[in-house]
Amino acid sequence: MTPWTVSITAAVASLLLLLVVLELIRSRRLRERYALLWLLTGSVLLALSLWRGGLNTIAGWFGVTTYPPAILGAVGALFILVVLLHYSTVISRLSDQNTILAQRLALLEQQLREDLSERHGVA
Amino acid sequence: MAELAPAPPVAVADGDVLAELGELKRVAIVPAFNEEASVGRVIDEIRAFDPGFEIAVVDDGSIDRTAGIAADRGVHVIRLPFNLGIGGAMQTGYRYAFEHGYDLAVQVDGDGQHDPAQLPLILRPVLEGAADLVVGSRFAGGGAYRSTLARRIGIRIFAGVVSAVVRQRVTDTTSGFRAVNRKAIALFAADYPHDYPEVEATVMCVKHKLRLTEVPVEMRERSGGRSSITALRSIYYMAKVLLAIFVGLFRRYAVPLEEERR
Repeated sequence: MTPWTVSITAAVASLLLLLVVLELIRSRRLRERYALLWLLTGSVLLALSLWRGGLNTIAGWFGVTTYPPAILGAVGALFILVVLLHYSTVISRLSDQNTILAQRLALLEQQLREDLSERHGVA
Repeated sequence: MAELAPAPPVAVADGDVLAELGELKRVAIVPAFNEEASVGRVIDEIRAFDPGFEIAVVDDGSIDRTAGIAADRGVHVIRLPFNLGIGGAMQTGYRYAFEHGYDLAVQVDGDGQHDPAQLPLILRPVLEGAADLVVGSRFAGGGAYRSTLARRIGIRIFAGVVSAVVRQRVTDTTSGFRAVNRKAIALFAADYPHDYPEVEATVMCVKHKLRLTEVPVEMRERSGGRSSITALRSIYYMAKVLLAIFVGLFRRYAVPLEEERR
C-alpha cells in the first residue's frame, strides 16, 4: 500500500497544479485551449493520489507490486510526454503561420512602396 | 417578452425597420470559410433586404473561391492569411466595424443558414434601444429543431448554464444570427472569445452590463459546407466552453476600445 505521506504530498502537488493553471487562465496568460491537457493531468494525478485502493489495483495490472506510487510517477511522465507532443504540433503550426505573415507583410510593403513612389513620380 | 409565433417566411413590417435604419451607418459581417456555394446568395439576399447595408465578408483562410465570389459582388472582403476559426474571424469583422465607425452590425453566416429576410426581427430591439445585443434564437418560439440527440443535450446544457450565469432565460446560446449596437461593437473589437465564441460572447456581454435580448427566428438547413462541429470536436467544445464560462466568472472585465476623438 502507498505510504500516507506520499499520497498526501502527491494530492497537494496536483491540487497546486490545478490551481496554478486556473489562475493562469483567469489572468489571461493561458488560453483554455492549451489548458485543458494540464487540467486533465492535474485531475488524473489528484484522483490517483487520493484513491489509494485504485492505485494499488492499477499497479497490480502492470505487475508493480513492491511500490504502487511508482505508477503516479509513470502516469505523470506519460501526461508530460503528451503535453510536449501537443506543444510540438502547436509550435509547428505557429511557425508555418509566422512564415505566411512575414511573406504577406513583405508583399504588402513592396506594393505600398511602389504605389507611393509611382504617385510621387507622376506628381 | 411577448410570445411570437414562429417567424413567418416574410418578416413583418420591413418598412418600419427600414425607415428606422435611415442614415445609420450599418454593416453586415459575413464570416465565411470555404462557402463558395452559398456566400454569393447570402450577399444578394442581404442587399435585397436593404441595399443600405455595407457588407464585410471575412474570408477565414478559405481555399475555394469564396473571396473571389464576394469581391465580384463589390462587397468589402477581408482575407485572413490563414484560418483563425470563427472567433478570430468574427472579431476581425468587429474590429473593421469599430474602426470604420459603424453604429450597428449584424452577423450573418456565409453558409446560408441565416435568412436575411428575418433581419428585421433581430434589428428591431436594437433600433428601439431596448437591447445592445440581440440573438436570433431557433428555440425561443418553440419551433421544432431536428438534430441529433447528443447535440440537443449539449444545447440544453449550455442553455441551462448560461441562463443561470446571466440570470435571464436564454434558449439558443450557439446562434450566430445576431445584431449589435456601437457599444457591443466596441466591446467585441477589444475582446472576443476564441474558437467557438457564441456562448462566451453572450456571457461576456451580460457581464459588461450590456442588455441581451433573444428573439425567435427560423433558420434554414445549411446550403453549403458542413458544420464545423464534428462528433469528436464536440467533447473538446463542451469542455472548453464550460471551462471558459467558469473561469470567466472570476475574470476582470475587458475594457471596450476607446472612441477616437474627432
